[in-house]
Amino acid sequence: MWSGRRGLLRSSGCGVEELRCRRREREAALRKARREQQLVSKRLLRDEATEEAEGGCVVVILGEAEIQEFLRLALRGTEEKERERALVSLRRGLQHPETQQTFIRLEGSIRTLVGLLTSNQALLQLEAARCLHELSHSEQSAVAEACLPATSYLLTYLSGHSSDFIELCLYTLGNLIVESEAVRRQLLPQGIVPALAACIQSPHLTVLEALGYALSQLLQAKEAPEKIIPSASTDSLVLGSTLPQHILQLLQPGPKLNLGVAVEFAWCLHYIICSQVNNALLITQGALTTLGLLLLDLAAAVQRTEDAGLELLVCPVVRCLSNLLTEAAAETVGGPMQLRDERVLAALFILLQFFLHKQPSLLPEGLWLLNNLTANSPSFCTSLISLDLIEPLLHLLSVSNVVSVLVLTVLCNVAEKGPAYCQHLWPGLLLPTLLDTLALSDTEVVGQSLELLQLLFLYQPGAAQAFLQQSGLQALQRHEEVAQLQDRVHALQQTALHG
Amino acid sequence: MQLPPALHARLAGAPGAAAPLPVQRDSLAGNAPFRFAARQVRFPREHEFFEDGDVQRHLYLQDVITQVAAEPERPRVPEFTCQVAGCCQAFDALEDYEHHYHTLHGNVCSSCKRAFPSGHLLDTHIQEWHDSLFQILAERQDMYQCLVEGCTEKFRTSRDRKEHLVTHHLYPADFRFDKPRKGRRPASQVSTEAIGEDRAPSEGDAMEVCSEQAEAHPEPPRERRVYSHRSVPGPFLNQVLNLCFWRILGLMLSIPTERSRTGLECWLQGEMKSLTPPLPLGDLEPWEHSLPDRSLGGDGKTQDATAQVTTTACLSSANAVFVGLI
Repeated sequence: MWSGRRGLLRSSGCGVEELRCRRREREAALRKARREQQLVSKRLLRDEATEEAEGGCVVVILGEAEIQEFLRLALRGTEEKERERALVSLRRGLQHPETQQTFIRLEGSIRTLVGLLTSNQALLQLEAARCLHELSHSEQSAVAEACLPATSYLLTYLSGHSSDFIELCLYTLGNLIVESEAVRRQLLPQGIVPALAACIQSPHLTVLEALGYALSQLLQAKEAPEKIIPSASTDSLVLGSTLPQHILQLLQPGPKLNLGVAVEFAWCLHYIICSQVNNALLITQGALTTLGLLLLDLAAAVQRTEDAGLELLVCPVVRCLSNLLTEAAAETVGGPMQLRDERVLAALFILLQFFLHKQPSLLPEGLWLLNNLTANSPSFCTSLISLDLIEPLLHLLSVSNVVSVLVLTVLCNVAEKGPAYCQHLWPGLLLPTLLDTLALSDTEVVGQSLELLQLLFLYQPGAAQAFLQQSGLQALQRHEEVAQLQDRVHALQQTALHG
Repeated sequence: MQLPPALHARLAGAPGAAAPLPVQRDSLAGNAPFRFAARQVRFPREHEFFEDGDVQRHLYLQDVITQVAAEPERPRVPEFTCQVAGCCQAFDALEDYEHHYHTLHGNVCSSCKRAFPSGHLLDTHIQEWHDSLFQILAERQDMYQCLVEGCTEKFRTSRDRKEHLVTHHLYPADFRFDKPRKGRRPASQVSTEAIGEDRAPSEGDAMEVCSEQAEAHPEPPRERRVYSHRSVPGPFLNQVLNLCFWRILGLMLSIPTERSRTGLECWLQGEMKSLTPPLPLGDLEPWEHSLPDRSLGGDGKTQDATAQVTTTACLSSANAVFVGLI
């Protein structure tokens, strides 16, 4: 499903261990950044094959004189090839941060680059765009912001037809967008949302993926909920434009679904939904149905292939569904928008198993969706029982504390609906499993176990008795002194002993 | 985590929901000291619950370096030339040709042969430059539409529109795709404000990407010029003869002073311009016009240099004949 162009980390002769180490470092850096709410990542489009063909990727630092010479040649060279080569050399130099700094400090350099970008020479245009792209990828704000004079042209070219060029413009815009609020304050009045809304109708997958990337960067911005997402009367903001409908269309499951494209737009949808601006609008546009069907499709896909990267799509889809379910509009009784298909439950468990093997850190998110499905729905709770999913659920209790709390919460969702439900939870593995969790020390896990016990004692005759016989009291005793637990422990002890 | 075997079958089965078991709650459930209540949970964007997934997402963004491979993915084909009449650009890869075609021949105005980056800009151009009805209507109502897609504002004059683009949409004041019409456009009557703004373009009409074809000319050219050649024997001879005629006339009218002669020279040059075969970028500026501004027109530069050479040749020959005649 991935487009054939997707490449993995290029092997630069590093050992596997070193790669893993670097990945861990980057992960740690990203976590830190997220906690400080500074999570920013840029994407770089680079012509690797040509570089390697020309003897490795040694980047040359260019000095002022050289830059000026290349610019002069590009502008006034007599031969096309000469002009092109000058720009290619410039672009290679611009891969280095020092060259970038020198470049932006040179007077007239950006202006010249913009001039070449808007020239009538197709290949020069492309090279000039690549130069800009290198600059946009810089981590230094000054360099990226130097590209601002080009944005109106980048936006204009989005309504052109050359797909490679448009793709490049989109990735460049995406990198600039994420740079600073100042940049976005320029791009929004320049009409970036309508430009993207027009461009999203392109049939080219590469263009769509690039557009999804750019849009996801725009939607991730801090000020997005107030300034970018709302459904204002004009179409200059996202929910007022045709973007949501197109996004949902691109997420329709089926043979035409492209994974790379879907990943980007699923994240776009997640940023829109979790900003909680106007989710009712999305529901009326069929978001619940589309996402539900997509979930089914993904569950089928994970069974078929070991496709790398499916979790990148499953994660945002799960998040979107889960948050949307909490909307009042989702509960319109009898409406077609409501998610009622028990296949969703089957799909979710298949995906939970997939997470367990591939990405255990995503288990909590899957269980969160399960909670939202079962909390207010007797139907889904019944399906959980009829599809024999209680036992698999219990098996997840050993993974981590967070996961355990969530599993116990879901079980409570089922148990609280009354005796007819508790009957099916009992006996089975439930009692021994609960006794095991009572042996743990995590307060939250134990607390949730106590809640479940209360419900069982209430609704299931014989539960208290069996509990006593299995040395339940001793299990409870451990926690008699814990502040958050003691009241509940005592209450349970009373119930067990005196009925 | 073992899943029941029937589950996969259920997934592939028909949509449906289980008939729910009867719900029967006891009021004691969840009473203090217990606190459980079944409820849905929503998380806002910055919640730490999303940390893991977000970090995975960004690792993906940073990790994946998309390869825009020119060599392996672009099969080289035997060299071919652009099929558009008058364009001799050669290519050996389809993607290069695609980009060239869309840039130079894609949205081309059939009246003046200018190319535009998008259909939207082309439509606006045709309306404002080649539609006489537009000019008439523009005298009475706001006809100049904002260039930003999605903005429905209209303006009385092209200057007002530029003002709007700059202040409202933060566009650069020298936005290349918003050149006002020049005074010498023959297509329809010239609006006064266009003349007022008619300063020599400092950067050429870069957007009006000149294809290597005939540019603004009173009537459509009968023959297309080939890209790298410029053989104009017939018209050249005409020009020489014309010039001779005018110079002899001038002599007969005895214009003695140097200044007047210079003035006549300039006038003659002006006549030359209207006689020379069509040149790119419409206005043939006097050749003291700085070259670099032309160079942004890319191929236009070659033609300009050639144009100037031709004109010089014309005048030189004319001078030679003239001197000979005297």
